[in-house]
Amino acid sequence: MAQDVVHSQTSVPRVGVTLTVNGVDHRLDLDSRVTLLDALRDALELTGTKKGCDQGACGACTVMADGRRILSCLTLAAQCEGREITTVEGLAAGGALHPVQEAFVRHDAFQCGYCTSGQIMSAVCLLAERRAGSDADIREFMSGNLCRCGAYPNIVAAIREVAGAGGGDA
Amino acid sequence: MREFEYVRAGEVGQAVAAATADPAASYLAGGTTQLDLMKDGVLAPDRLIDITRLPLGGITRSGDMLRVGALTTMEELATDPTVAERLPFLRESLLLSASVQLRNMATIGGNLLQRTRCRYFRDPAVPACNKRRRGTGCAAVEGAARMHAILGASEHCIALHASDMAVPLVALDAVVHLQGRDGGRSVPLTEFYLVPGDTPDVENVLARGELITAVEIPLLPADARSTYLKIRDRVSYEFALTSAGVALRLDGDVIREARVALGGVATIPWRARAAEEVLRGAPADLRTFTAAADAAIRDPFTVEGTAFKVELAGRTLVRALRTAAGGVS
Repeated sequence: MAQDVVHSQTSVPRVGVTLTVNGVDHRLDLDSRVTLLDALRDALELTGTKKGCDQGACGACTVMADGRRILSCLTLAAQCEGREITTVEGLAAGGALHPVQEAFVRHDAFQCGYCTSGQIMSAVCLLAERRAGSDADIREFMSGNLCRCGAYPNIVAAIREVAGAGGGDA
Repeated sequence: MREFEYVRAGEVGQAVAAATADPAASYLAGGTTQLDLMKDGVLAPDRLIDITRLPLGGITRSGDMLRVGALTTMEELATDPTVAERLPFLRESLLLSASVQLRNMATIGGNLLQRTRCRYFRDPAVPACNKRRRGTGCAAVEGAARMHAILGASEHCIALHASDMAVPLVALDAVVHLQGRDGGRSVPLTEFYLVPGDTPDVENVLARGELITAVEIPLLPADARSTYLKIRDRVSYEFALTSAGVALRLDGDVIREARVALGGVATIPWRARAAEEVLRGAPADLRTFTAAADAAIRDPFTVEGTAFKVELAGRTLVRALRTAAGGVS
């Protein structure tokens, strides 16, 4: 019985990958099926990135790859070799919150908090994309991040404030 | 998800040879359809050939032709300055698709090959699906259908092709470049897709292992006016119930040239040539636009849940034509 278990584990195809996350390289040996989301949470214990739908519909797993926002649940970890991954844990430089994080706190832009790290990652990218010109634009370009608590008005207010303060250049 | 071997391809020839030799292999690009369907158990390849490191990106213009590498992302194409200037309805179709995150991942080649959103196709617990397995029947025709096709459809399959981007591309006579083991070829996008007939599992003309390497898109004339109108249940981040991509050239109040395609209503991105014939040379007025819509949506195959699309698709096209013509009443 035990031998069978060992056998089935060793027969699963594996892949070696170096993940660069928040500026730190991690050498991993993974089941080839492991998504970037699961590698971040389970292998690297970076649990700020959340698993919501796990099928590309909710945005809770949003991270940056080479500065662009992507969904980590529909990305294989193996595809990220050589890419710079940034998670919500990588936003606070030297312990100081990112302006978007501060604005989310100030505007109470969350209730249960489960979607929040995805919202914040998406908002940071939206500002870098210079797409926060109006509330309508903010809503449109944040539409890939769902909030079932319905904190949308405060999320828009938080992003609007950072955009108005020139946060798009950050 | 069933286990698979992951292979990262280093050059095009190697990738194509590997995919041609192994019927259980699939290409992996943006992964937004492929991995989703593997998680659901609809697709179960033994080997994934990651093509994202192949040199198939980039957008280059020569004269009035835009060549778009197959690995260009939807977001890259949507924000390209030439697309904004000379292909505005293509840009609109991209920005109305999915979310920024998905557009940063999904490639142009992958978008063209995206699989249907039909809920019965995407649920392996449903046995009747001619697209998953030929000859098993169509659960959508018998069951609840809404996000389904009324054109190019039959009792064998009403699964929709859900791409927004492909709608302006078929209207524009875009050409896809393919690389096979024994050489390359070019296929007009209007001849690339196959209506399901009684073989809904065969969706396009690709041979096994054949890879889309680029899409060539003729630019619109500088004086053309175009629009993409998408009607959906939510204002953003939702698939189309109906859509229309329209490009017109006017000579005063007379339509000189017209390109028309429909989305959200057909089993393949639907070029509406009959509508174009009605429009060409006719006055740009509501009577002409209504006649064009009637010509575009002829002999629909509807079930109870999709019957509303006949009227909605016609109105969608009329409104798109009015917008493109500049607010004709």
